[in-house]
Amino acid sequence: MAPDELLVCRDVSLGYEGQSVLEHLDLTVREGDYLCIVGDNGSGKSTLLRGLLGLLSPLSGQILRSPELAQGAVGYLPQQTRAQRDFPATVWEVVLSGCLARKGMRFFYTAAQKSQALMDMGKLGILELKDQCYRDLSGGQQQRVLLARALCAASKLLILDEPITGLDPAAAQDLYKTLTYLNQREGMAVIMVTHDLKAALRSARTVLHIGRTSYFLGTAAEYLASPQGRRFREEAEL
Amino acid sequence: MIILEMLSWPFMQRALIAGVLVSLCCALLGVSLVLKRYSMIGDGLSHVSFGALAIAVALGFTPLSFSIPVVIAAAFLLLRMAGRPHWNSDAAIAVVSASSLAVGIIVISCTTGMTTDVDNYMFGSVLAMTDADVALAVLLSAAVLTLFVLFYHKLFAITFDESFSRATGLKVDRYNTLLAILTALTIVLGMRMMGAMLISSLIIFPALTAMRLFKRFRSVVICSGVTSVACFCAGLTASFVLSTPVGASVVAADLCVFLLSCLVSFLRHR
Repeated sequence: MAPDELLVCRDVSLGYEGQSVLEHLDLTVREGDYLCIVGDNGSGKSTLLRGLLGLLSPLSGQILRSPELAQGAVGYLPQQTRAQRDFPATVWEVVLSGCLARKGMRFFYTAAQKSQALMDMGKLGILELKDQCYRDLSGGQQQRVLLARALCAASKLLILDEPITGLDPAAAQDLYKTLTYLNQREGMAVIMVTHDLKAALRSARTVLHIGRTSYFLGTAAEYLASPQGRRFREEAEL
Repeated sequence: MIILEMLSWPFMQRALIAGVLVSLCCALLGVSLVLKRYSMIGDGLSHVSFGALAIAVALGFTPLSFSIPVVIAAAFLLLRMAGRPHWNSDAAIAVVSASSLAVGIIVISCTTGMTTDVDNYMFGSVLAMTDADVALAVLLSAAVLTLFVLFYHKLFAITFDESFSRATGLKVDRYNTLLAILTALTIVLGMRMMGAMLISSLIIFPALTAMRLFKRFRSVVICSGVTSVACFCAGLTASFVLSTPVGASVVAADLCVFLLSCLVSFLRHR
């Protein structure tokens, strides 16, 4: 692996119980990349994400991770569960829990981790929410809190699973802006699974479209020219 | 005066010590279980432990040594069921608990006939606690408290978000298993005093009360423990004074405090 490579998939097939959902995928994610994964429901987007996170081992092929990622420094933003929305915890408690992977066996969080958490909250503009209860926040604010937690866990790669589900359009816009900021200013690589093609194409540099039988991987412009992307462009122009 | 008189009876001393410890464990484990939407597991386990207890008595085993392994096995099973997204897990849990209740009742009626035994198992008896139970309660509560203090941050992370914790390399399944084992032990221990029908309320009520009142997870955990212990003491005293069944009295006390907390949070949000 080259030093700037974070994740490399070599001829990877993923699936459950011997039945593969996704076959022969080659994919490289480097530092500072912005990759959008799109595709129809059931095409294997979530399966791929689980594979990238290391929660599912590939049926064949290899998924290589940089040493940092292999230690669990992954900034993952999962889809919210219903149980989470009314969880009694302060924003501060939630964000700090992102530092857990680096905490090791110590009982308390260190001062450095606390200031890291404060800094990440500052980046996302949620410092003033610090002592508020997570369940009292709006959907967009909750998503920011989870993003801050993800930043605490990782410094190089964010993996987001349909982050704008349940957000109103303004909050979704905000979230995309934040992601672009993190990607361009902080050099954070972003991998995002999304249904929202239009916004995705505006910010993403690379697009992975997973179809029923084949997949497409290329830049956003190449994607629009491809057969899969053309279908979408026609829809957008209507 | 009444309290002194109450504590002069050895069976009341045992009930008080074991009960306080069991209700503390229930409250701490309950916060995690309720927030993970596993409340039904506690209920299912208490029914399984009723069935196990009935079989143990019928076969002449000592109740605890037989029912503890059975209930722990059931805890594993129920946790697996709850973890399967494409399973109808609450229906599965209901099936397990109803079946073990049925098995328990059949076994009891075949052996001793439907006498006070069933009543005692179902609704608990203050006389049920032996010295061995008290010793086990002390050990168990020590284990639960240690778990909570040592792994507090990890438990928080896992309770809040299993997928994230898994992705950052926490051994989520290991902690869930530990939680299931401790819950099973707590329920087996508390069941004979509180009754199979009522023990699960010890797990659910304090957590719900605390969640209404506090915004910080740590405060919720502490409040849940304090509420649970206080309600148990109040319920035990009430049952001694009014000679009502102890389990029902404790649950009534829990209910009162819960309603009070609802009122407080309603007034606060107005």
